[in-house]
Amino acid sequence: MSKSPEVKLVNVPSPNFVPEKDADKPLVLEAAHLGIDFGGLVAVDEFNIGIGATEICGLIGPNGAGKTTIFNLLTKVYEPTRGTIMLGGKDTHNMTPVQVNQMGIARTFQNIRLFDKLSVEENVKIGLHNHIGYHTLSGVFRLPSYWSEEKKSHVRALELLDIFGMADLANVTADSLPYGAQRRLEIVRALATGPKLLLLDEPAAGMNPSETEELMNNIRKIRDEFQIAVLLIEHDMNLVMGICESIVVLNFGRIIAKGTPSQIQGNPQVIEAYLGTHRG
Amino acid sequence: MLAHLINGISLGSIYAIIALGYTMVYGIAKMLNFAHGDVIMVGGYVSFCSMMYLGLPAPVAILAAIFVCTVLGIVVERLAYKPLRTATSLAVLITAIGMSYFLQNAALLIWGANPKAFPNMFKDVEAIEIAGARVSPVAVVAIVANLIIMVALTLFTTRTKVGKAMRAVSEDKGAATLMGINVNFTISLTFAIGSGLAAIAGVLLCTAYPTLMPTTGSMPGIKAFTAAVFGGIGSIPGAMIGGILLGIIEILARAYISSELADAIVFGVLIVVLIFRPTGLLGKQIHEKV
Repeated sequence: MSKSPEVKLVNVPSPNFVPEKDADKPLVLEAAHLGIDFGGLVAVDEFNIGIGATEICGLIGPNGAGKTTIFNLLTKVYEPTRGTIMLGGKDTHNMTPVQVNQMGIARTFQNIRLFDKLSVEENVKIGLHNHIGYHTLSGVFRLPSYWSEEKKSHVRALELLDIFGMADLANVTADSLPYGAQRRLEIVRALATGPKLLLLDEPAAGMNPSETEELMNNIRKIRDEFQIAVLLIEHDMNLVMGICESIVVLNFGRIIAKGTPSQIQGNPQVIEAYLGTHRG
Repeated sequence: MLAHLINGISLGSIYAIIALGYTMVYGIAKMLNFAHGDVIMVGGYVSFCSMMYLGLPAPVAILAAIFVCTVLGIVVERLAYKPLRTATSLAVLITAIGMSYFLQNAALLIWGANPKAFPNMFKDVEAIEIAGARVSPVAVVAIVANLIIMVALTLFTTRTKVGKAMRAVSEDKGAATLMGINVNFTISLTFAIGSGLAAIAGVLLCTAYPTLMPTTGSMPGIKAFTAAVFGGIGSIPGAMIGGILLGIIEILARAYISSELADAIVFGVLIVVLIFRPTGLLGKQIHEKV
């Protein structure tokens, strides 16, 4: 991490790694001392993270480390037991998943959760729901605002699908898509909600190396085009090391390491978490 | 024969309109709203009172019934079902049955046990002749109303953003929430639509069978529920097909076999259908999520 002298990291309100390009922008997400207990089980504890405005951050760790739980905390599927989540400078305490989504967090799911019986385009339009500006009644009575807004959302849905070259699949039902395409559609649907931070839960799961390569390019493209931050959970280390600017390693619900890919790769604790210690 | 068939389709249309309420609520909230039949009865009483006591013209009375039932549907959902959103389905089912008895007994308190003679809205209209068969105007109105409602609902659920949101919620509430869909609003809207339709069905039913009492809604409610299961619960075209088939079977059984046995035959057919197609005629295959 080489930084030019005029960048003042002092302004960054957390000790997190923030890429240079984001150093002068406010963090999109800042979680402090985040934790959740399920009954007596401490699932996540002392989770601290700050994500820069256009950073791609990886969240890795062995199975059961609590990675998806973190996603569920950030999206308010679970209300945290401890700690705070600041989204764009606002505390999300007591907010609902819908409110958090409207404030700019969107996600995909580890086990794909598309609306199977809806068409590809309709899935994207569900993501656009809060950006389609006509009243329910004008939809019922087919007022002009209905037609113009539906037209706009149709165009927008196709634009978004085109990022992944899926515009020609707009009319097929989601469950008839091949696996990789379903994963891509989940990303498009999440993107349609207009996030500032995109959470991707194992986006490359089940993809072959060439699909993964394409996905990496697309994640970068999305970040560059939409100027958003990405936090991703992934087991594919080529992907994580290839596109993440910072990496957080989780084990047993706690952060065991943080840093740039090169720092993480050489970290003995990380290697231990993944491979176990060698005991005589 | 033709007259019986048309009457069957007409009765079936009323069942279909009621069945929509069951099927939409089931599809979206995954619950059986057994109080739905009693909303029909409330719709009947409201339109009865508007016409007889307030002297309102029939169309206004119908609108009043739709309005009251829509509000009733939303209130019932908010007060009785919403607190049980995460409860077991059995708890919700019992609550719905309780709500059904509550509405019946509230009606008993307000309007008394004596049956009321529902005014005939079409008394000035001649019976309509279709290919030699004489059919009552209300039968024709019911069929037409059903067709309009089906088309409108299909357009609503497939073409509008809220309709799409409804389908999304019905597939996966959690994912819909995380995409920014307000699930509570969607469920309220579903109850509102279902109850508004129940009001229309109530007026049609009371016009066709003009005896109104607090238990008026139970039997049609159960039959419409049967129709919804018959067609495949959760499916809108299923409710239509199930309702109409049920109506035809009932009228034909009553005309050609035995009026006493008609209901037994209707439910018998349901049992047979469910043995061979457990998810109903148009029911979705239920696949386990892993």
